[in-house]
Order: sequence, then structure tokens, then C-alpha cells
Amino acid sequence: MSPREETPMHAELNAGSARRMNFARLASMREAGLIVIILALCIAMTFASPHFLTWGNLRAMMMSFSIEGIVVVGMTILLIVGGIDLSVGSVVCFSMVISGALFLAGIDPWTASLIGIAASALIGAIMGFFVTVIGLSHFITSLAAMVIVRGLCLIITKGTPLSLFSLPDSFKAIGQGSFHNIPYVILIFLVVVIVFDFLLRRATAFRKVFYTGSNQKAAQFSGIKTNQVKFWVTVLCSALAGFAGVIYMARFGAATPTFGAGMELNIIAAAVIGGASLNGGSGTIFGAILGMALLSVVTSSLILLDVSVYWQEMIKGCILLAAVSIDHFLHRKKS
Amino acid sequence: MTQAPILEIRGVCKTFGPVKALSDVRFELRRGEVHALCGENGAGKSTLMNILAGVLQPSEGEILLDGERVAIASPAAAQRLGIGLVHQEIALCPDATVAENIFMAAINARRAPLMNFQKLYVEAQKVMDQLAPIPVRTKVADLSISNQQLVEIAKALTLDCKVLMLDEPTAALTESEAQRLFSIVRGLQQRGISVVYISHRMAEIFSLCDRVTVFRDGQYVATDRIADVSPDDVVRKMVGREITQLYPDKLAGAPGRALLSVKGLSDSDCFANVDLELRAGEILGIGGLIGAGRSEIAQTICGLRPATAGKVEIDGKPQRIRTYSDAVKAGLVYLSEDRKGSGVFLDMPISANISALDLNKVTSLGMLNRKAEDRQATELSKRLGVRMSGIGATVSTLSGGNQQKVAIAKQLSVDPRVILMDEPTRGIDVGAKVEIHRLLRQLAAKGVGIVVISSELPELIGLCDRVMVVHEGRIAGELAAGALGEEAIMRLASGVKAPSNSKQQAAHVA
Repeated sequence: MSPREETPMHAELNAGSARRMNFARLASMREAGLIVIILALCIAMTFASPHFLTWGNLRAMMMSFSIEGIVVVGMTILLIVGGIDLSVGSVVCFSMVISGALFLAGIDPWTASLIGIAASALIGAIMGFFVTVIGLSHFITSLAAMVIVRGLCLIITKGTPLSLFSLPDSFKAIGQGSFHNIPYVILIFLVVVIVFDFLLRRATAFRKVFYTGSNQKAAQFSGIKTNQVKFWVTVLCSALAGFAGVIYMARFGAATPTFGAGMELNIIAAAVIGGASLNGGSGTIFGAILGMALLSVVTSSLILLDVSVYWQEMIKGCILLAAVSIDHFLHRKKS
Repeated sequence: MTQAPILEIRGVCKTFGPVKALSDVRFELRRGEVHALCGENGAGKSTLMNILAGVLQPSEGEILLDGERVAIASPAAAQRLGIGLVHQEIALCPDATVAENIFMAAINARRAPLMNFQKLYVEAQKVMDQLAPIPVRTKVADLSISNQQLVEIAKALTLDCKVLMLDEPTAALTESEAQRLFSIVRGLQQRGISVVYISHRMAEIFSLCDRVTVFRDGQYVATDRIADVSPDDVVRKMVGREITQLYPDKLAGAPGRALLSVKGLSDSDCFANVDLELRAGEILGIGGLIGAGRSEIAQTICGLRPATAGKVEIDGKPQRIRTYSDAVKAGLVYLSEDRKGSGVFLDMPISANISALDLNKVTSLGMLNRKAEDRQATELSKRLGVRMSGIGATVSTLSGGNQQKVAIAKQLSVDPRVILMDEPTRGIDVGAKVEIHRLLRQLAAKGVGIVVISSELPELIGLCDRVMVVHEGRIAGELAAGALGEEAIMRLASGVKAPSNSKQQAAHVA
């Protein structure tokens, strides 16, 4: 028997034409689209308000989303694995409060911060335990954690903000200082984003995140320990939230037990606008950061245009809905 | 049969962007006939079914029902016209009862504000009993796949349809359930219902259908009376070329040394005391009814399920297999029966699918080497003849047969010693099936151990050198090449010869 000749059925089907990942192309389409929208908004705003295109305003915008941006990185990776974390706002606050309280108890601020980040990671580990060992969903687990951790913050501070003006200047510089007029906050943010964006695209460990989120069963049937992957991604997300909390502390010189309430929604919205799927399996850091940037530009524009604060939230919600709808529509057209 | 056809399709085209799924096809269904629709995957059968069921709209062409031109704008419209479709893939609400599922469509068509559950249960049971005695208050999630399939069919029966389309209804059914389905279809036929029957299995088509229409690459090829053609003719029309031999030649000489040997394997609830030996060069088949424990045995050998007792040796060396990665390291891989559910990553590229089993192979210093990954994917997909637009395409864009080839390529990427394949050709068209069978034979000849679990008797008989039959978690017997036959396998599978002692679990404690 001679093996039958393998001829592709259609002429256009040759291996060279559709080289690199289809879904990477789709994602880059989304990213390009976001960039266009952000630029268009910026140009429009430059004409609408003389204050928009000033270094001061751009810097303020960057500052405003840089620290949240670190949390978005963790959230995006968690969304890719098919999870979600509603507790990030509480964990950011928890990290501030723990580090702040330890500092006030006499521990040097750097050590206190490390402990704060470790404590945040521990929250993630506990959530990871409930998700992977007990078998609860990320949604429910993190919803409970959101409330519990917020409670912890109130218990530790007895409900009153911790005043941390005595923090040494060398520590406060993380949040307040700058290098050649570029705030450290923005530099830290850029490093985190670039490192994780690279890792997510290239590192083998993070490829497993995509496999697990895309089809958990198939990942298991490929020998991937999906529970381990989910556990560590949950820890990573909380640890990054803790890291952001420490930077907030350095920036504000205070730890308020109600800080970060509602932050999680903004962060999930940014990741989703940037292309992360709530079903898992897709998303990019770059896209999520662009999502964050879009929300930030919109907020800044609304303020400069003197739109009432009452309208701002509603408009942001509508943007989320529009972005996701457009994407859904595009995806349907594609397939 | 001189009346006007109940359903006629003329010049229907359907395009998805640049892809032409159907071009100028015709189809004619006569009153009260069972009409087989055949074609390889991607030939356009499902597209046509979806057009008739109102899910898709044709780009061109007309549909005549009872001689009148109709537009089928939605699934609800199809139901009003009396066209019912039983999907190939089960689309039931798992948390609702059988009764609620059966009447889902009918409830939707009715206009009563409140549900009368008592009446619902009684009527649902009546419909269900025509097919199988499944209690209608059961939740669908608690039913086996084959029973779920029967619920799907019952659902279509509630709609008083004139035309019933069955899309591979036996794909998940066992032989005896399939037989029951055939008598049901004949009963429907006697009630004057016309049936469009899509299947890949020639035996079914030839025992059940009156006429057969073949599509190929989105085009109409021919319609014949079953009495006038042979299965070979139909297969030839489907593939558009001669398939001279459906199954590859069997092993000529004696098999070599033992590659895989399993002794006394048991788990906590599905099977007990399984012995198995696979020798180099041979293809070992595992037969048995669905639910007999075949997949569980294979998965336990590979560490995907926990074993309570037993030894596994590869190449004569004892192995400690606790997790699936242990198995992969030892050269033992498992191909899942549920291709979409656990075999492939549908929304990921072909290259990433193939490398998933052993990422270390394409990793240097913790980073993926995309070039190595692409090279591996290109090589393997060429070797297996995957028809694709490129290795960067997502697996969801491939036909079922090609998806399966990707899943097999993934297994081959680790150069396995032994592959356990669970239903390797389920739901795959004839052409791809033949290719996969040949590939398995080539692999076996090269010394890779191949174990094939299959519910398709012709496949076990045609492909395997030796078949072990599982009955209720026990090896009921083994058939050598000379003794292979449908009857012999079924006898063992249904436990006719085996002593039936189903309370064996308690005796086995690790």
C-alpha cells in the first residue's frame, strides 16, 4: 500500500500564509484599536481643553493609573487562568495597614513592607487553597476574602486611619520622588508591566496558565498540574496587590482602612476592555494596561470638561459595555 | 413514492466570508423515506441541516416544503413548519429534569402562562417510553451520554414534526442502543415522518435508509437508491477517490517482546484485577459496552485516576506512576475520547496544542523557544497530513478529523513507547479515519505500542491484532485475530460467557 498523496484541499491553504498565532493577531487588533481610540480622545481633548496636553496633566494621569496598573497585571494573569479576584482592593489596603502598623510598632519600613507583601501573598495562598483543594470558585472565594480582609483592616486600625508621616524620606521617595522628572511610581509600573508582559508571552511557566485557562481538562490530560498553576497565579495576583499597597503607603504617608474599596471593579474592567476573557484562556498585559489608560484618559477628560462627578461613573460603565460589545461583535464576525 | 417530495432544496449556497460551505446544492426528501446524507466532515452536511433548522440563512437558493417555497428565519420558524433537528452535540439543560428538557421547545411554542408539571411529567413519560424507560423526573446531568442522546431525540418527537433530521445520532450510543434507535426510526417512518439521517457508519445507512445523497466539499455529488449501490460506491463518492482498502494490513509475523504489561490493576469503584499485555508491533483493541470501565482502565494506567492495586511495567521495567506526568516521562500517553472536552485546546494555535504535552522540549532557560515549537509543529502536522491554513491557526478552525490529528501529533511529540487511544476515530469522516488507521499501523510497525479502545466493532475487528473485551470492570475475555467477529465481541461484552459477579470491589483493598 502506498500512502495516499496528501494534497491540501484548498489552494490558499499553505503553511506560510497564516504564520504566527491567529489569536495573537486578534489581540493585537484589539490593542491597535485601543491605541487609536486613546489617541483620538487625546487629540480631541487637546482642542477641547488647554490643560490636557501639559506635562503636569499627563503625569497626573500616568500616576493615577500606575499603581492600579500593577494590580491589573496580576488580575489579567488570573483572568487568563480562568479565575477572578474581587479581593484585590481589600488586599491593597491590607498590605498598607499591616506595613503601616508594623512600622508604627518600630520595625523599619522596608522590612515592614516586605512583611505586608508576604501577608498579602498569604491571603492569596489561602484563597488558592479554597479554590484548588476545597473546590470553591474564584468568584465566591474572593468575594468572601474581600469582606474578611476588609474586616481585618478595620480590626487592625480600629477603624481610624494610621498616620505615617514619620516614614523616612528614603521610603516615601518610592511614592513621591522622581528620577529626572519621571516619578519612581511610573518607572516601577513600567518595569512590572514589561517584565510580566514578556514572561506571559515567552515563559514556559506562563504558557501553562494559558493552557489551564483555555481548557482545564485538556491541560490535565497534557500532564499539567492545573491546580498548582491556579494556586500560584492566585498568590501572584494577591502579592502584586500587596506590592501596590506598599507603594500607595509610600505615596500617601497614611494607611486608611477603607482605601481601595471598589478598586477591583475598575481593575477587572480595565483587563476586560484590554481583551482578557472572563472565560479564561485569553488576555494580554499590554491590552489590559491600554484598557486602564483608556479609563484614565476618560476620567481625566471628564474632570477637565467639568462634567459632574455624578456622571463620571455612569460614563465609565457605558464605555466598558461598549468595548466588550464591540469586541464580541468583532469576534462573531471573525468566526 | 410518486408524490411530490415533502422537502426540496434547490441551488442553495452558503458562504462564510471567503469560505464557501455550500455551493449550489440540491436535496430531495420524499414523504415517509429515511434518507441518508453522507459526506466527509466539512462536506457541508451540518451547514445544510442548520439552514433547514433555521439556525443559518442560505446566501442563495430556495427551500420548498410540501411544494411551497418557505423561508426558515429562525429555529422557532423551523419548528412551526414541522422540521425537527437532533443535533450531533447534545444541547440539553443539565440541571433541568428530563421532562422539562423534552418539552423545552414545545413549552416555548405554547402560550400558557403557567406550567402544569403533573401533565408535563405524564406526557413526557409517554414520549420517553417510546424510546427507552428513562424516568422523566431525573435530572439530565445524572444520565449517561447515550441516555442524554435519547432525550434529545424525544425532544424532537414532541414537536409533531413532518421532517426529522438526525445528525449522527449513534455517535455516543452502544450497539444495542443503536439497534433500538433504528427500530424507533422505522416506527417514525411508518407514522409518515420523513427522516434525514446523517451518519458516517455505512452499516447503519445500509440497514436503515432508503436513499442516500452524498456531498463533497460543499457540493452535491449524487443521490442513489440504497438498493442500487454498495458501501464502497458511497465511500468512493464521499472521498472522490478510490479507497481500495478500508483497513491497513494486519501484523504478519509474531509480535515482539512485551512493551506494556499491567498486572492486577484495580481502582476503588470501576474495575478490578485487570491484566493486560501489549507486545511490540501489534495493535491491541479493547472492546466493551460504554460504561464497562474501558476508559477508566486506560486512564488509571496513565496515572490520570488513582489506582488501589496493581503493577505497570514498560519494557519489562516496573514503573511508579502516580500522576500523568510520571506516565509521560515513562513514555506512556493517553489520547482522550472527548476530543473537544479534554483532547485539544480549541482556541489555541496548532503549534501550542502540539507542544503542550512536553513543554521542556521547546524550552530553554525557562523561556519558550518559538522556533523549536514551530519546527516541531510543522514536522508533525506534515507527517500526519493535518489540513490547515498554518500552524498558527487555532484548532477550532479545523475539521474534526484534523483536530484529532493534532491531538495525536501532541502524543507523538514526546516519542512515546506506548499510546493508549480512547475512541481515536469517533465522529471522524471516512478519509481521515483511514489515514489515522494507517498511521497507527505504521507506528506499531516502528515498535510503538498501540492500544485502541473503540465502541465501533468494525474498527476493532478491522484494525486490531488482538482484542480484549471488558465487561463490568473485568476482562471478560480475549480474542485473537482469527477469532475476531462482531458476535464474539458482543457476547463477551454483554457478559453472556463471563460469570457475572458484580460485587467484586469489596474484595480488593490496597
